[in-house]
Amino acid sequence: MPRPGFVLEVDKSTPPILFWRGEGFSLERLPADRSRVIYPAEPLAGLDDVDGHIRNALLNPVDMDPLPALLKPDMKLTICFDDASLSLPKMRKPDTRQRIIEAVLDLAAAAGVDDIHLIAALGLHRRMHEYELRHVLGDRIFDAFHPRGMLYQHDAEDYDNLTVIGETDHGEVLEINKRVAESDLVVYANVNQVAMDGGWKSITTGVASYRCLSYHHNPVTLQNTRSLMDRHNSDLHKSVWRLGKVLEDHGPKIFTVETTINTDAFPSPFDFLSKREWEWNAKDRAIYLATQKSLNRTPNRLARKIFHGIESPYATTSVQAGFTPSVHEITLKHVYDQHIVPVEGQTDILTMGIPFISPYNPEGIMNPILVMCMGLGYLFNMYRNKPLVREGGVVIMTHPTYREFNPVHHPSYIDFYDEVLADTTDPVVMSEKWEKKYAEDEWYRHLYRTGNAYHGVHPFYAWYWGAHGQQWAGKVIIVGGDPTAVRRLGFTPASTLDDAFEIASDVVGRSPTISHLHVPGVLVADVV
Amino acid sequence: MKALQIRRSAGKFGIARIASAVAPATAAKLGPLELRTIDDPECPGDGWHRVRTRLAGICGSDLSLVEGHASTYFDEYVSFPFVPGHEVIGELDDGTRVILEPVLGHEARGAAPPFPGAAPGDGDDYAHLAISSVNGGIGPGIQTGFCCSTGGGWAPWFWAHDSQLHRISDDMPDERAVLVEPLAGGIHAALLTAPTVAGVEQPLVAVLGAGTMGLAAIAGLKRYVPGVRVVVGARYPHQIALATAFGADLVVQAAKLDRAVRREAGCHLIGDTLSSGAHATIDAVGTSESITDCLRITRPRGRVVLMGMPAEVKLDLTGLWHRETELKGAYTYGTETMPDGATERTFELAIDTANQIEAERLLSATYPLDDHVGAIAHAAAAGRRGAVKIAFDLR
Repeated sequence: MPRPGFVLEVDKSTPPILFWRGEGFSLERLPADRSRVIYPAEPLAGLDDVDGHIRNALLNPVDMDPLPALLKPDMKLTICFDDASLSLPKMRKPDTRQRIIEAVLDLAAAAGVDDIHLIAALGLHRRMHEYELRHVLGDRIFDAFHPRGMLYQHDAEDYDNLTVIGETDHGEVLEINKRVAESDLVVYANVNQVAMDGGWKSITTGVASYRCLSYHHNPVTLQNTRSLMDRHNSDLHKSVWRLGKVLEDHGPKIFTVETTINTDAFPSPFDFLSKREWEWNAKDRAIYLATQKSLNRTPNRLARKIFHGIESPYATTSVQAGFTPSVHEITLKHVYDQHIVPVEGQTDILTMGIPFISPYNPEGIMNPILVMCMGLGYLFNMYRNKPLVREGGVVIMTHPTYREFNPVHHPSYIDFYDEVLADTTDPVVMSEKWEKKYAEDEWYRHLYRTGNAYHGVHPFYAWYWGAHGQQWAGKVIIVGGDPTAVRRLGFTPASTLDDAFEIASDVVGRSPTISHLHVPGVLVADVV
Repeated sequence: MKALQIRRSAGKFGIARIASAVAPATAAKLGPLELRTIDDPECPGDGWHRVRTRLAGICGSDLSLVEGHASTYFDEYVSFPFVPGHEVIGELDDGTRVILEPVLGHEARGAAPPFPGAAPGDGDDYAHLAISSVNGGIGPGIQTGFCCSTGGGWAPWFWAHDSQLHRISDDMPDERAVLVEPLAGGIHAALLTAPTVAGVEQPLVAVLGAGTMGLAAIAGLKRYVPGVRVVVGARYPHQIALATAFGADLVVQAAKLDRAVRREAGCHLIGDTLSSGAHATIDAVGTSESITDCLRITRPRGRVVLMGMPAEVKLDLTGLWHRETELKGAYTYGTETMPDGATERTFELAIDTANQIEAERLLSATYPLDDHVGAIAHAAAAGRRGAVKIAFDLR
């Protein structure tokens, strides 16, 4: 029976705690008697027969007819699937999306459906490389569909192939991929790693246009998204759900298949990362020391390659299919079963180690903007009810924050760093002053549509993702980061965690209370 | 008198070239520049005046000589031994302060000017620079500071012709006046972009390099090329601050100039080259790399103005050929045709500009002649050491 997540009160006997630092990590001692560590739950047990559960979900969906009953020989069937931003790290083959789509294709073949398109629902993310598509879908699907042009990636700038479905009572226009809109049935194959994902968000962002996304991917909405992991207190999700209602009323029939995975992210020799530090045995300590010392001597590029090469041994914990909102409620329950950790009260400081990866740099570089996005966007938002840190408190992250960018994946991020952040770090100001220019830049548009680049506007979205955390925190400190880059982000650099606490004392006094969000492991702190 | 002098010595030039790779101070110590007692130069003739040096700047072309990097092209255009120093504010025997326009033009050599009222730098035949004056007064030399007969600014005094002298008012400080010559060079380069941007709705000019000359070009662009948007690639923080103060619309790190120009032009970056780019680019560095960079960021059928003295460079000119880029040299100054068709003397524009921008802020440090090793080392590393212009002070 996996142990639930819990809060460790730090005392003098508590060993140093693991902090991610990009493609490396460190052990840090937290002040006794006023610090606590929020540990995630151990990975839940996975399903024994994933393929069987998928078949069962397709045949016994929630609030919809079984999939075979929806399949007709002369129909247009479109299967959309999550892109390379899920899962992180990528899962071992076969990927859950491959399992789902193979099962759907078996049923479609049995029903005589031959007009089938597969679309990667990447929204404004970068197009997946062929090897990523093969990893997610398997060679059989890729080789059967891709050469015939029936497997492709959504293009949010292809206005000939976008269509308006309708408008919400808030004036939000739902504009999505025309093939999806004109399909008789759309099946969505999802992998749900955190509570933010899934539900109506899959289609209304994954195959939507920039115009459609801008209704909720904006500073004001994100500042009022409290949190990204709590759909019912998230303005972003409220907007998405309004758009979902438009889709339900005026769009194609959607058959959603959602799956949840546990938190078993790191195989040997990195499995010590998932253990609690005081339970490390001699072998774990030796591996930690050897790994840390080797990584310290390893060039960034090689270290990155090692970490991005990890294939996680996740187990699937649930599969549900059918009517999107009904399915998603079940999904959320399973996600929370894995992630929720009850926590009492807020602290003055929140510390977090930033890993090598975020949803926007699979196979790429965690550039400074993504460090901000991961820290203030994702990790800060890992809460329900209240943030772990009090309003006006201090957020301390550990990451090298090197001034490096992947020019293929993140061309507009480079200019955003040089031009926009040099001007302002205020998300509202940058959205008014700069966003349009980046969104309409022909070069970025070209690279997004034909290469493997994130959309020109994407660095803005990454920045907006942290807008709530940025507004909430009285100060943000990055330990071990390139000072120039850290200052460009509007944060304060510190060389050690002790220095960071010293700097933080200006804001929170000399004996602040501290919460450490333990990563790896994924958790959502339910703060009461 | 005691003066700094350069003699023709292949060995010393070779040593300087090697030593400069190690340290500029070593090149100054071992190279062809020496502080020695020299014979007073004879007055070249009528119309020549003794000018007592007050301040004399150290220019990039001086440094390339001292460091042994100057092109052999100039072998026939200079006469050894000579006293360098062509950026000069000095004083006539009657106490009048004068700025030197150093080109040894037709009038100074007793030759007919190319047109009435020509400036020393005007003309389309440089024979007069390479041969001794028709009246036998002075030897070959493109400018004062490269001629064996006149002396130069790195000495207590030298000879200058009437046609080279600009008398200045008392309210112009020496520290400002010594910057007029480099400012004139920058303004000339700036005005060479004007034909390319004429009639363009939103003209974009990039400037690569923000040392003295780059800054002078920026000031010239903003004052004399109407409506131009200037994007600058600078290397050091103080250069960025000065470029901004002189009116540059956008100043970025030099390595990021290509992306900044791309953003301004709204074009693509294809490989290393912009699909379009700046209408004109001023190269204020003068190396293979800087010229290559300028060619990459200038739009097809645009113009690259070479202001930095390039000497020997290695370039792939395929892009220039394909894009029909115009490569335009920008040497010194003379009579300018302004964008509105009027003509002006560059030096007059430069004096006006020096007053307007308070050019003395570019003068970072001065040295006595006998500390020429320190001065040369400082000038050679000016950017890195947070400086712009280094000069000798003989007051």
